[in-house]
Amino acid sequence: MSERLLQTYPGNRVYDLAHTRSGDKGNTSNVAVIAYDEVSWERLRRHLTPERVLAAYAHLAQGPVTRYEVPRLQALNFVIENALAGGVTRSLRIDPHGKSLSAVMLSIELPPA
Amino acid sequence: MRKNHSAVCRVGTGAGMADDRVYPAVKLLEQVQLDYLVCECLAERTIARENLNRRKFPEHGYNPMLAERIQAMLPLCREKGVRLVTNMGAANPVAAAHAIRAEAEAVGVRNVSCAAVIGDDVTERVRAHPDLRLLDGGEPLESLLPRMISANAYLGADLVRDALDTGAEVVVTGRVADPSLFLGTLMHHHRWSYDDLTRVAAGIMAGHLLECSVQVTGGYFADPGRKDVPRLAETPYPYAEVTSDGRVWICKPEGSGGRLDRMTCAEQTLYEIHDPSRYITPDCVVDLCEVHFEEEGVDRVAVHGALARPRTESFKTVIGYSDGFIGSGEIAYAGINAVARARLAADVVRERFRIEGGVASEIQVDLIGIGALHGDPGDGSRPEPYEVRLRVAARCPDRRSAELLGDHVRQLNMQGPMAGGGPVNTGAREVIAVNSVLIPRDWVRPEIVTVGMAA
Repeated sequence: MSERLLQTYPGNRVYDLAHTRSGDKGNTSNVAVIAYDEVSWERLRRHLTPERVLAAYAHLAQGPVTRYEVPRLQALNFVIENALAGGVTRSLRIDPHGKSLSAVMLSIELPPA
Repeated sequence: MRKNHSAVCRVGTGAGMADDRVYPAVKLLEQVQLDYLVCECLAERTIARENLNRRKFPEHGYNPMLAERIQAMLPLCREKGVRLVTNMGAANPVAAAHAIRAEAEAVGVRNVSCAAVIGDDVTERVRAHPDLRLLDGGEPLESLLPRMISANAYLGADLVRDALDTGAEVVVTGRVADPSLFLGTLMHHHRWSYDDLTRVAAGIMAGHLLECSVQVTGGYFADPGRKDVPRLAETPYPYAEVTSDGRVWICKPEGSGGRLDRMTCAEQTLYEIHDPSRYITPDCVVDLCEVHFEEEGVDRVAVHGALARPRTESFKTVIGYSDGFIGSGEIAYAGINAVARARLAADVVRERFRIEGGVASEIQVDLIGIGALHGDPGDGSRPEPYEVRLRVAARCPDRRSAELLGDHVRQLNMQGPMAGGGPVNTGAREVIAVNSVLIPRDWVRPEIVTVGMAA
Protein backbone atom coordinates (compact mmCIF):
# COMPACT_ATOMS: atom_id res chain seq x y z
CA MET A 1 0.00 0.00 0.00
CA SER A 2 2.81 2.39 0.85
CA GLU A 3 4.62 1.41 -2.35
CA ARG A 4 1.67 2.45 -4.49
CA LEU A 5 1.36 5.80 -2.73
CA LEU A 6 5.06 6.44 -3.15
CA GLN A 7 4.81 5.90 -6.88
CA THR A 8 1.86 8.22 -7.29
CA TYR A 9 3.11 10.92 -4.92
CA PRO A 10 6.86 11.48 -5.23
CA GLY A 11 6.75 14.46 -2.85
CA ASN A 12 9.36 16.20 -0.82
CA ARG A 13 7.81 15.99 2.62
CA VAL A 14 9.17 13.58 5.22
CA TYR A 15 5.65 12.13 5.01
CA ASP A 16 6.41 10.98 1.47
CA LEU A 17 9.64 9.26 2.48
CA ALA A 18 9.27 7.84 5.96
CA HIS A 19 7.09 6.84 8.87
CA THR A 20 7.63 8.17 12.39
CA ARG A 21 6.97 7.40 16.05
CA SER A 22 7.45 9.68 19.05
CA GLY A 23 8.18 8.78 22.65
CA ASP A 24 8.95 10.62 25.88
CA LYS A 25 11.46 10.52 28.73
CA GLY A 26 11.20 13.35 31.23
CA ASN A 27 11.33 16.64 29.35
CA THR A 28 12.82 15.02 26.24
CA SER A 29 10.97 13.77 23.17
CA ASN A 30 12.47 11.32 20.71
CA VAL A 31 11.12 10.98 17.21
CA ALA A 32 12.20 8.00 15.11
CA VAL A 33 12.09 8.51 11.34
CA ILE A 34 12.11 5.26 9.37
CA ALA A 35 12.60 5.41 5.60
CA TYR A 36 10.29 3.48 3.28
CA ASP A 37 13.15 2.55 0.93
CA GLU A 38 16.82 2.97 0.12
CA VAL A 39 16.38 6.11 -2.02
CA SER A 40 14.33 7.83 0.66
CA TRP A 41 16.88 6.80 3.28
CA GLU A 42 19.70 8.51 1.39
CA ARG A 43 17.65 11.70 0.97
CA LEU A 44 16.70 11.78 4.64
CA ARG A 45 20.24 11.12 5.73
CA ARG A 46 21.52 13.99 3.62
CA HIS A 47 18.80 16.57 4.20
CA LEU A 48 16.98 15.86 7.46
CA THR A 49 19.60 17.55 9.60
CA PRO A 50 19.26 18.34 13.32
CA GLU A 51 19.17 22.04 12.37
CA ARG A 52 16.22 21.50 10.05
CA VAL A 53 14.43 19.48 12.72
CA LEU A 54 15.02 22.05 15.44
CA ALA A 55 13.64 24.75 13.12
CA ALA A 56 10.42 22.76 12.70
CA TYR A 57 10.03 22.32 16.46
CA ALA A 58 11.38 25.79 17.41
CA HIS A 59 8.06 27.07 18.77
CA LEU A 60 7.63 23.90 20.86
CA ALA A 61 11.13 22.96 22.00
CA GLN A 62 14.29 24.72 23.07
CA GLY A 63 16.58 21.88 22.00
CA PRO A 64 19.31 20.87 21.53
CA VAL A 65 18.48 18.22 18.95
CA THR A 66 20.72 15.20 18.56
CA ARG A 67 20.49 12.89 15.53
CA TYR A 68 21.42 9.20 15.68
CA GLU A 69 21.69 7.04 12.57
CA VAL A 70 20.54 3.43 12.46
CA PRO A 71 21.44 2.31 8.91
CA ARG A 72 20.30 -1.28 9.44
CA LEU A 73 16.72 -0.06 9.96
CA GLN A 74 17.20 2.86 7.55
CA ALA A 75 16.21 5.04 10.45
CA LEU A 76 17.17 8.34 12.04
CA ASN A 77 16.43 8.88 15.71
CA PHE A 78 16.05 12.49 16.81
CA VAL A 79 16.36 13.31 20.48
CA ILE A 80 14.75 16.70 21.09
CA GLU A 81 15.53 18.10 24.52
CA ASN A 82 13.37 20.57 26.45
CA ALA A 83 10.45 19.62 24.23
CA LEU A 84 7.68 18.74 26.65
CA ALA A 85 7.00 21.97 28.56
CA GLY A 86 8.66 20.71 31.72
CA GLY A 87 7.99 17.01 31.18
CA VAL A 88 5.09 14.61 31.05
CA THR A 89 4.14 15.01 34.67
CA ARG A 90 4.42 18.83 34.88
CA SER A 91 3.32 20.03 31.45
CA LEU A 92 0.27 22.26 31.05
CA ARG A 93 -0.12 21.06 27.47
CA ILE A 94 -3.08 19.06 26.28
CA ASP A 95 -0.66 16.36 25.05
CA PRO A 96 1.89 16.19 27.85
CA HIS A 97 3.55 13.03 26.46
CA GLY A 98 4.08 14.64 23.07
CA LYS A 99 2.43 11.59 21.49
CA SER A 100 1.39 13.85 18.60
CA LEU A 101 4.85 15.27 17.98
CA SER A 102 5.88 12.67 15.39
CA ALA A 103 3.40 14.34 13.04
CA VAL A 104 5.39 17.61 13.10
CA MET A 105 8.32 15.70 11.63
CA LEU A 106 6.16 14.38 8.77
CA SER A 107 5.34 17.93 7.65
CA ILE A 108 8.97 18.97 7.13
CA GLU A 109 9.73 19.80 3.49
CA LEU A 110 13.08 18.68 2.12
CA PRO A 111 14.87 20.13 -0.92
CA PRO A 112 13.78 18.41 -4.19
CA ALA A 113 15.66 15.23 -5.06
CA MET B 1 1.00 -26.28 36.84
CA ARG B 2 3.26 -27.49 34.04
CA LYS B 3 6.65 -28.17 35.51
CA ASN B 4 8.71 -29.11 32.46
CA HIS B 5 10.49 -26.15 31.02
CA SER B 6 10.17 -26.42 27.27
CA ALA B 7 12.92 -25.48 24.84
CA VAL B 8 10.74 -22.70 23.45
CA CYS B 9 9.39 -20.23 25.99
CA ARG B 10 6.22 -18.34 25.15
CA VAL B 11 5.79 -15.06 26.99
CA GLY B 12 2.89 -12.76 26.24
CA THR B 13 1.80 -9.24 27.09
CA GLY B 14 -1.30 -8.77 29.24
CA ALA B 15 -1.08 -4.98 29.61
CA GLY B 16 1.23 -2.19 28.49
CA MET B 17 0.05 0.64 30.73
CA ALA B 18 -1.80 1.12 34.01
CA ASP B 19 -5.24 1.38 32.44
CA ASP B 20 -4.67 -0.77 29.36
CA ARG B 21 -7.47 -2.96 27.97
CA VAL B 22 -8.21 -6.28 29.66
CA TYR B 23 -10.14 -8.00 26.85
CA PRO B 24 -7.15 -8.66 24.54
CA ALA B 25 -5.25 -10.24 27.45
CA VAL B 26 -8.07 -12.74 27.92
CA LYS B 27 -8.16 -13.44 24.17
CA LEU B 28 -4.41 -14.04 24.11
CA LEU B 29 -4.67 -16.47 27.01
CA GLU B 30 -7.48 -18.30 25.22
CA GLN B 31 -5.82 -18.47 21.81
CA VAL B 32 -2.18 -19.23 22.61
CA GLN B 33 -0.64 -21.67 25.08
CA LEU B 34 1.66 -19.26 26.90
CA ASP B 35 4.17 -20.06 29.62
CA TYR B 36 4.11 -16.55 31.14
CA LEU B 37 1.89 -13.50 30.88
CA VAL B 38 3.43 -10.13 31.77
CA CYS B 39 1.28 -7.14 32.75
CA GLU B 40 3.23 -3.88 32.72
CA CYS B 41 1.06 -1.38 34.55
CA LEU B 42 3.33 1.16 36.20
CA ALA B 43 4.04 4.63 34.79
CA GLU B 44 6.78 6.79 36.28
CA ARG B 45 4.60 8.92 38.51
CA THR B 46 2.13 6.21 39.46
CA ILE B 47 4.35 4.78 42.15
CA ALA B 48 4.58 8.16 43.92
CA ARG B 49 0.81 8.54 43.77
CA GLU B 50 0.38 5.06 45.24
CA ASN B 51 2.91 5.86 47.96
CA LEU B 52 0.68 8.73 49.06
CA ASN B 53 -2.26 6.34 48.98
CA ARG B 54 -0.43 3.80 51.11
CA ARG B 55 0.39 6.43 53.74
CA LYS B 56 -3.32 7.14 54.14
CA PHE B 57 -4.45 3.51 53.86
CA PRO B 58 -1.68 1.01 54.73
CA GLU B 59 -3.43 -1.84 52.89
CA HIS B 60 -3.57 0.13 49.65
CA GLY B 61 -0.92 1.47 47.30
CA TYR B 62 -1.21 -0.98 44.42
CA ASN B 63 -2.78 -0.72 40.95
CA PRO B 64 -6.49 0.22 41.08
CA MET B 65 -7.31 -2.18 38.22
CA LEU B 66 -5.81 -5.18 40.02
CA ALA B 67 -9.16 -6.73 40.96
CA GLU B 68 -10.55 -6.46 37.43
CA ARG B 69 -7.42 -7.90 35.81
CA ILE B 70 -7.01 -10.75 38.27
CA GLN B 71 -10.65 -11.79 38.07
CA ALA B 72 -10.52 -11.80 34.26
CA MET B 73 -7.15 -13.54 33.84
CA LEU B 74 -6.47 -15.86 36.77
CA PRO B 75 -9.03 -18.54 35.92
CA LEU B 76 -7.41 -18.98 32.49
CA CYS B 77 -3.89 -18.75 33.92
CA ARG B 78 -4.71 -21.53 36.38
CA GLU B 79 -6.46 -23.69 33.78
CA LYS B 80 -3.61 -23.44 31.27
CA GLY B 81 -0.67 -23.34 33.67
CA VAL B 82 0.37 -19.80 32.77
CA ARG B 83 2.37 -17.88 35.34
CA LEU B 84 1.60 -14.19 35.74
CA VAL B 85 4.27 -11.52 36.24
CA THR B 86 3.16 -7.98 36.95
CA ASN B 87 4.34 -4.69 38.46
CA MET B 88 0.82 -3.94 39.67
CA GLY B 89 2.28 -4.03 43.19
CA ALA B 90 3.33 -0.38 42.70
CA ALA B 91 4.05 1.00 46.18
CA ASN B 92 2.80 -2.06 48.07
CA PRO B 93 3.60 -5.42 46.42
CA VAL B 94 2.91 -7.46 49.55
CA ALA B 95 -0.58 -6.00 49.97
CA ALA B 96 -1.08 -6.58 46.25
CA ALA B 97 -0.14 -10.25 46.70
CA HIS B 98 -2.82 -10.66 49.38
CA ALA B 99 -5.32 -8.83 47.18
CA ILE B 100 -4.47 -11.08 44.22
CA ARG B 101 -5.20 -14.17 46.33
CA ALA B 102 -8.50 -12.73 47.49
CA GLU B 103 -9.61 -11.63 44.03
CA ALA B 104 -8.68 -15.00 42.53
CA GLU B 105 -10.56 -16.76 45.31
CA ALA B 106 -13.61 -14.64 44.48
CA VAL B 107 -13.72 -16.19 41.00
CA GLY B 108 -13.07 -19.72 42.22
CA VAL B 109 -9.30 -19.93 41.83
CA ARG B 110 -8.17 -21.18 45.21
CA ASN B 111 -4.83 -20.85 46.98
CA VAL B 112 -2.93 -18.83 44.43
CA SER B 113 0.71 -18.71 45.45
CA CYS B 114 2.37 -15.31 45.09
CA ALA B 115 5.89 -13.96 45.32
CA ALA B 116 6.25 -10.23 45.95
CA VAL B 117 9.43 -8.37 45.06
CA ILE B 118 10.17 -5.56 47.50
CA GLY B 119 13.11 -3.26 48.12
CA ASP B 120 12.84 -0.87 45.19
CA ASP B 121 11.74 1.82 47.67
CA VAL B 122 14.94 3.74 48.48
CA THR B 123 13.28 6.93 49.71
CA GLU B 124 15.13 7.15 53.03
CA ARG B 125 18.49 6.22 51.54
CA VAL B 126 18.14 8.86 48.84
CA ARG B 127 16.91 11.50 51.30
CA ALA B 128 20.24 11.24 53.08
CA HIS B 129 22.11 12.26 49.89
CA PRO B 130 20.93 15.73 48.87
CA ASP B 131 24.02 16.10 46.66
CA LEU B 132 22.75 13.56 44.10
CA ARG B 133 22.29 15.16 40.65
CA LEU B 134 18.89 15.17 39.00
CA LEU B 135 19.10 13.63 35.52
CA ASP B 136 16.56 16.10 34.12
CA GLY B 137 18.02 19.57 34.54
CA GLY B 138 21.19 18.72 36.48
CA GLU B 139 20.19 20.45 39.73
CA PRO B 140 21.08 18.84 43.08
CA LEU B 141 18.36 16.66 44.59
CA GLU B 142 18.34 19.07 47.55
CA SER B 143 16.13 21.45 45.54
CA LEU B 144 13.33 18.84 45.54
CA LEU B 145 13.84 17.25 48.95
CA PRO B 146 11.20 19.24 50.86
CA ARG B 147 8.60 18.16 48.29
CA MET B 148 9.87 14.61 47.66
CA ILE B 149 7.25 11.88 48.10
CA SER B 150 9.20 8.77 47.19
CA ALA B 151 12.24 7.35 45.44
CA ASN B 152 12.11 3.97 43.71
CA ALA B 153 14.95 2.20 41.95
CA TYR B 154 14.35 0.44 38.65
CA LEU B 155 15.18 -3.14 39.59
CA GLY B 156 16.23 -5.75 37.07
CA ALA B 157 15.26 -9.16 35.76
CA ASP B 158 17.20 -11.13 38.41
CA LEU B 159 14.51 -10.34 41.00
CA VAL B 160 11.77 -11.58 38.69
CA ARG B 161 13.82 -14.74 38.09
CA ASP B 162 14.33 -15.26 41.82
CA ALA B 163 10.64 -14.73 42.49
CA LEU B 164 9.70 -17.27 39.81
CA ASP B 165 12.30 -19.66 41.25
CA THR B 166 10.17 -19.88 44.41
CA GLY B 167 7.55 -21.68 42.32
CA ALA B 168 4.89 -19.01 42.83
CA GLU B 169 2.11 -18.83 40.25
CA VAL B 170 2.05 -15.05 40.39
CA VAL B 171 4.96 -12.65 40.74
CA VAL B 172 4.06 -9.13 41.78
CA THR B 173 6.59 -6.32 41.90
CA GLY B 174 6.90 -2.60 42.42
CA ARG B 175 9.37 -0.65 40.30
CA VAL B 176 11.06 -3.12 37.96
CA ALA B 177 12.18 -1.89 34.54
CA ASP B 178 9.55 -2.76 31.95
CA PRO B 179 11.62 -5.03 29.64
CA SER B 180 13.21 -6.68 32.69
CA LEU B 181 9.82 -8.15 33.64
CA PHE B 182 10.02 -10.15 30.40
CA LEU B 183 13.73 -10.98 30.58
CA GLY B 184 13.14 -12.30 34.11
CA THR B 185 10.75 -14.95 32.84
CA LEU B 186 13.36 -16.07 30.28
CA MET B 187 16.22 -16.13 32.80
CA HIS B 188 14.07 -18.34 34.99
CA HIS B 189 12.76 -20.56 32.21
CA HIS B 190 16.02 -21.08 30.32
CA ARG B 191 18.38 -20.72 33.32
CA TRP B 192 20.25 -17.88 31.62
CA SER B 193 22.83 -15.94 33.60
CA TYR B 194 24.06 -12.38 33.19
CA ASP B 195 27.22 -13.82 31.63
CA ASP B 196 25.18 -14.96 28.61
CA LEU B 197 25.20 -11.46 27.16
CA THR B 198 23.86 -12.47 23.76
CA ARG B 199 20.88 -14.17 25.36
CA VAL B 200 20.31 -11.35 27.84
CA ALA B 201 20.31 -8.91 24.92
CA ALA B 202 17.79 -11.09 23.07
CA GLY B 203 15.56 -11.25 26.14
CA ILE B 204 15.62 -7.50 26.73
CA MET B 205 14.93 -6.95 23.03
CA ALA B 206 11.90 -9.22 23.21
CA GLY B 207 10.75 -7.36 26.32
CA HIS B 208 11.26 -3.96 24.72
CA LEU B 209 9.14 -4.98 21.73
CA LEU B 210 6.42 -6.47 23.96
CA GLU B 211 6.29 -3.98 26.83
CA CYS B 212 3.86 -1.53 25.17
CA SER B 213 1.28 -4.18 24.27
CA VAL B 214 -0.35 -3.35 20.92
CA GLN B 215 2.34 -0.85 19.92
CA VAL B 216 4.07 -3.70 18.07
CA THR B 217 0.89 -5.20 16.61
CA GLY B 218 -0.65 -2.16 14.96
CA GLY B 219 -1.45 0.26 17.78
CA TYR B 220 -0.11 3.84 17.58
CA PHE B 221 0.62 3.21 13.88
CA ALA B 222 -2.35 3.57 11.51
CA ASP B 223 -2.61 6.42 9.03
CA PRO B 224 -5.53 5.66 6.71
CA GLY B 225 -4.48 5.26 3.09
CA ARG B 226 -0.83 5.55 4.00
CA LYS B 227 -0.09 3.04 6.75
CA ASP B 228 -3.21 0.92 7.05
CA VAL B 229 -3.79 -1.54 9.87
CA PRO B 230 -6.23 -4.36 9.10
CA ARG B 231 -9.02 -4.68 11.69
CA LEU B 232 -7.55 -2.03 13.96
CA ALA B 233 -10.40 -2.52 16.43
CA GLU B 234 -9.15 -6.07 16.95
CA THR B 235 -5.44 -5.36 17.52
CA PRO B 236 -4.20 -8.31 19.54
CA TYR B 237 -1.70 -8.35 22.39
CA PRO B 238 1.61 -9.81 21.22
CA TYR B 239 3.72 -12.66 22.52
CA ALA B 240 7.27 -13.83 21.93
CA GLU B 241 8.67 -17.27 21.30
CA VAL B 242 12.20 -17.45 22.64
CA THR B 243 14.46 -20.49 22.41
CA SER B 244 17.00 -21.46 25.05
CA ASP B 245 19.82 -20.34 22.75
CA GLY B 246 18.28 -16.87 22.45
CA ARG B 247 16.43 -16.85 19.13
CA VAL B 248 13.39 -14.55 19.25
CA TRP B 249 10.16 -14.31 17.29
CA ILE B 250 7.47 -11.72 17.96
CA CYS B 251 4.05 -13.18 17.22
CA LYS B 252 0.34 -12.47 17.33
CA PRO B 253 -2.40 -15.10 17.43
CA GLU B 254 -3.07 -16.81 14.11
CA GLY B 255 -5.71 -14.97 12.09
CA SER B 256 -5.93 -12.07 14.54
CA GLY B 257 -6.45 -8.45 13.53
CA GLY B 258 -3.83 -5.74 13.67
CA ARG B 259 -0.49 -5.71 11.91
CA LEU B 260 2.90 -7.15 12.76
CA ASP B 261 5.77 -6.61 10.35
CA ARG B 262 9.14 -4.95 9.90
CA MET B 263 7.55 -1.50 10.01
CA THR B 264 5.70 -1.95 13.30
CA CYS B 265 8.76 -3.62 14.83
CA ALA B 266 11.12 -0.88 13.63
CA GLU B 267 8.92 1.82 15.17
CA GLN B 268 8.74 0.01 18.49
CA THR B 269 12.50 -0.68 18.48
CA LEU B 270 13.22 3.04 18.65
CA TYR B 271 10.30 3.93 20.94
CA GLU B 272 11.57 6.02 23.88
CA ILE B 273 15.18 5.32 22.91
CA HIS B 274 17.86 7.99 22.94
CA ASP B 275 21.27 6.73 21.78
CA PRO B 276 20.44 3.44 19.97
CA SER B 277 23.94 2.11 20.66
CA ARG B 278 23.44 2.61 24.41
CA TYR B 279 19.98 1.58 25.56
CA ILE B 280 20.57 1.35 29.30
CA THR B 281 18.55 -1.17 31.31
CA PRO B 282 19.22 -2.54 34.81
CA ASP B 283 20.35 -5.81 33.21
CA CYS B 284 22.66 -4.74 30.40
CA VAL B 285 23.43 -1.92 27.99
CA VAL B 286 21.89 -2.83 24.65
CA ASP B 287 23.18 -1.88 21.22
CA LEU B 288 20.21 -1.75 18.83
CA CYS B 289 22.22 -0.70 15.78
CA GLU B 290 22.33 -4.14 14.18
CA VAL B 291 18.75 -5.13 15.02
CA HIS B 292 16.74 -6.27 12.02
CA PHE B 293 13.57 -8.19 11.30
CA GLU B 294 12.49 -11.01 9.03
CA GLU B 295 8.80 -11.47 8.24
CA GLU B 296 7.86 -15.16 8.44
CA GLY B 297 4.14 -14.70 7.76
CA VAL B 298 1.45 -12.21 8.74
CA ASP B 299 1.55 -13.23 12.39
CA ARG B 300 5.25 -13.77 12.98
CA VAL B 301 8.49 -11.77 12.76
CA ALA B 302 11.98 -13.05 13.57
CA VAL B 303 14.16 -10.62 15.55
CA HIS B 304 17.91 -10.59 14.95
CA GLY B 305 20.98 -8.63 15.91
CA ALA B 306 20.52 -7.27 19.45
CA LEU B 307 23.89 -6.93 21.19
CA ALA B 308 24.69 -6.09 24.79
CA ARG B 309 27.45 -4.97 27.11
CA PRO B 310 27.42 -5.71 30.86
CA ARG B 311 25.10 -3.75 33.12
CA THR B 312 26.22 -0.48 34.71
CA GLU B 313 27.13 -0.04 38.37
CA SER B 314 24.11 2.13 39.14
CA PHE B 315 20.35 1.95 39.34
CA LYS B 316 18.19 4.64 37.78
CA THR B 317 15.87 5.84 40.51
CA VAL B 318 12.67 7.75 39.94
CA ILE B 319 11.90 10.58 42.36
CA GLY B 320 8.26 11.59 42.77
CA TYR B 321 7.54 15.01 44.26
CA SER B 322 4.58 17.29 44.90
CA ASP B 323 4.37 20.09 42.39
CA GLY B 324 1.25 22.05 43.22
CA PHE B 325 -1.97 21.89 41.23
CA ILE B 326 -3.12 22.25 37.65
CA GLY B 327 -6.56 23.68 36.93
CA SER B 328 -8.15 23.78 33.49
CA GLY B 329 -11.36 24.39 31.59
CA GLU B 330 -12.71 24.40 28.03
CA ILE B 331 -15.36 26.08 25.89
CA ALA B 332 -16.05 26.08 22.12
CA TYR B 333 -16.86 28.78 19.56
CA ALA B 334 -18.01 28.39 15.93
CA GLY B 335 -18.93 30.40 12.86
CA ILE B 336 -17.95 33.92 11.81
CA ASN B 337 -15.20 35.42 14.02
CA ALA B 338 -15.02 32.28 16.19
CA VAL B 339 -11.26 32.51 16.78
CA ALA B 340 -11.42 36.16 17.87
CA ARG B 341 -14.17 35.31 20.33
CA ALA B 342 -12.08 32.46 21.75
CA ARG B 343 -9.10 34.78 22.20
CA LEU B 344 -11.27 37.41 23.89
CA ALA B 345 -12.65 34.73 26.20
CA ALA B 346 -9.11 33.73 27.21
CA ASP B 347 -8.28 37.35 28.04
CA VAL B 348 -11.42 37.60 30.18
CA VAL B 349 -10.49 34.46 32.12
CA ARG B 350 -6.97 35.72 32.84
CA GLU B 351 -8.29 39.07 34.04
CA ARG B 352 -11.05 37.66 36.28
CA PHE B 353 -8.72 35.04 37.72
CA ARG B 354 -6.27 37.79 38.72
CA ILE B 355 -8.94 40.16 40.09
CA GLU B 356 -10.46 37.43 42.25
CA GLY B 357 -7.13 36.52 43.80
CA GLY B 358 -6.16 33.45 41.79
CA VAL B 359 -2.47 32.63 41.91
CA ALA B 360 -0.67 30.93 39.05
CA SER B 361 2.98 30.69 38.06
CA GLU B 362 2.05 29.84 34.47
CA ILE B 363 -1.12 30.07 32.37
CA GLN B 364 -1.45 28.21 29.08
CA VAL B 365 -4.03 29.16 26.45
CA ASP B 366 -4.75 26.62 23.71
CA LEU B 367 -6.97 26.99 20.69
CA ILE B 368 -7.94 23.42 19.88
CA GLY B 369 -8.26 23.30 16.11
CA ILE B 370 -5.29 25.62 15.58
CA GLY B 371 -2.33 24.96 17.82
CA ALA B 372 -3.18 22.95 20.94
CA LEU B 373 -1.08 19.93 19.97
CA HIS B 374 1.64 21.36 17.74
CA GLY B 375 1.60 24.99 18.88
CA ASP B 376 1.17 27.96 16.61
CA PRO B 377 4.37 29.09 14.88
CA GLY B 378 2.68 32.48 14.50
CA ASP B 379 3.63 32.78 10.83
CA GLY B 380 0.10 32.60 9.48
CA SER B 381 0.58 28.96 8.47
CA ARG B 382 -2.46 27.81 10.46
CA PRO B 383 -5.74 28.61 8.64
CA GLU B 384 -8.67 29.66 10.82
CA PRO B 385 -11.03 26.72 11.34
CA TYR B 386 -14.84 26.96 11.31
CA GLU B 387 -14.94 25.98 14.97
CA VAL B 388 -12.40 26.25 17.73
CA ARG B 389 -12.32 25.00 21.30
CA LEU B 390 -10.60 27.16 23.87
CA ARG B 391 -8.65 25.45 26.64
CA VAL B 392 -7.07 27.37 29.49
CA ALA B 393 -4.77 25.64 31.99
CA ALA B 394 -2.83 27.08 34.93
CA ARG B 395 -0.14 25.89 37.30
CA CYS B 396 -1.21 26.96 40.78
CA PRO B 397 0.32 26.61 44.23
CA ASP B 398 -3.06 25.81 45.82
CA ARG B 399 -6.16 23.82 44.96
CA ARG B 400 -8.46 26.82 45.35
CA SER B 401 -6.71 28.75 42.59
CA ALA B 402 -6.77 25.74 40.30
CA GLU B 403 -10.50 25.34 40.82
CA LEU B 404 -11.11 29.06 40.35
CA LEU B 405 -9.41 28.98 36.95
CA GLY B 406 -11.64 26.18 35.69
CA ASP B 407 -14.74 27.86 37.11
CA HIS B 408 -14.05 31.03 35.16
CA VAL B 409 -13.83 29.04 31.92
CA ARG B 410 -16.99 27.14 32.84
CA GLN B 411 -18.89 30.41 33.40
CA LEU B 412 -17.97 31.86 29.99
CA ASN B 413 -21.18 30.71 28.35
CA MET B 414 -22.99 33.49 30.25
CA GLN B 415 -20.12 35.70 31.29
CA GLY B 416 -18.00 35.73 28.13
CA PRO B 417 -18.30 36.53 24.41
CA MET B 418 -21.39 35.53 22.40
CA ALA B 419 -22.27 31.96 21.51
CA GLY B 420 -19.85 29.89 23.55
CA GLY B 421 -20.91 26.23 23.78
CA GLY B 422 -19.97 23.14 25.75
CA PRO B 423 -18.26 24.86 28.69
CA VAL B 424 -16.61 22.63 31.27
CA ASN B 425 -14.37 22.96 34.29
CA THR B 426 -12.09 19.99 33.66
CA GLY B 427 -11.05 20.09 37.27
CA ALA B 428 -8.17 20.76 39.61
CA ARG B 429 -5.63 18.00 40.02
CA GLU B 430 -2.74 17.62 42.40
CA VAL B 431 0.45 17.29 40.41
CA ILE B 432 2.97 14.60 41.22
CA ALA B 433 6.00 15.29 39.08
CA VAL B 434 9.01 13.05 38.54
CA ASN B 435 12.73 13.38 38.03
CA SER B 436 15.51 10.78 38.34
CA VAL B 437 18.88 10.17 39.91
CA LEU B 438 21.47 7.40 39.62
CA ILE B 439 22.37 5.52 42.80
CA PRO B 440 25.00 2.84 43.55
CA ARG B 441 23.66 -0.69 43.26
CA ASP B 442 24.54 -1.57 46.86
CA TRP B 443 22.06 0.97 48.23
CA VAL B 444 19.28 -1.40 47.21
CA ARG B 445 18.44 -4.47 49.28
CA PRO B 446 15.71 -6.28 47.42
CA GLU B 447 13.79 -9.17 48.95
CA ILE B 448 11.28 -11.77 47.85
CA VAL B 449 8.25 -12.24 50.11
CA THR B 450 6.10 -15.28 49.40
CA VAL B 451 2.41 -15.34 50.24
CA GLY B 452 0.34 -18.50 50.23
CA MET B 453 3.15 -20.92 49.43
CA ALA B 454 2.94 -24.45 50.83
CA ALA B 455 5.39 -24.82 53.72
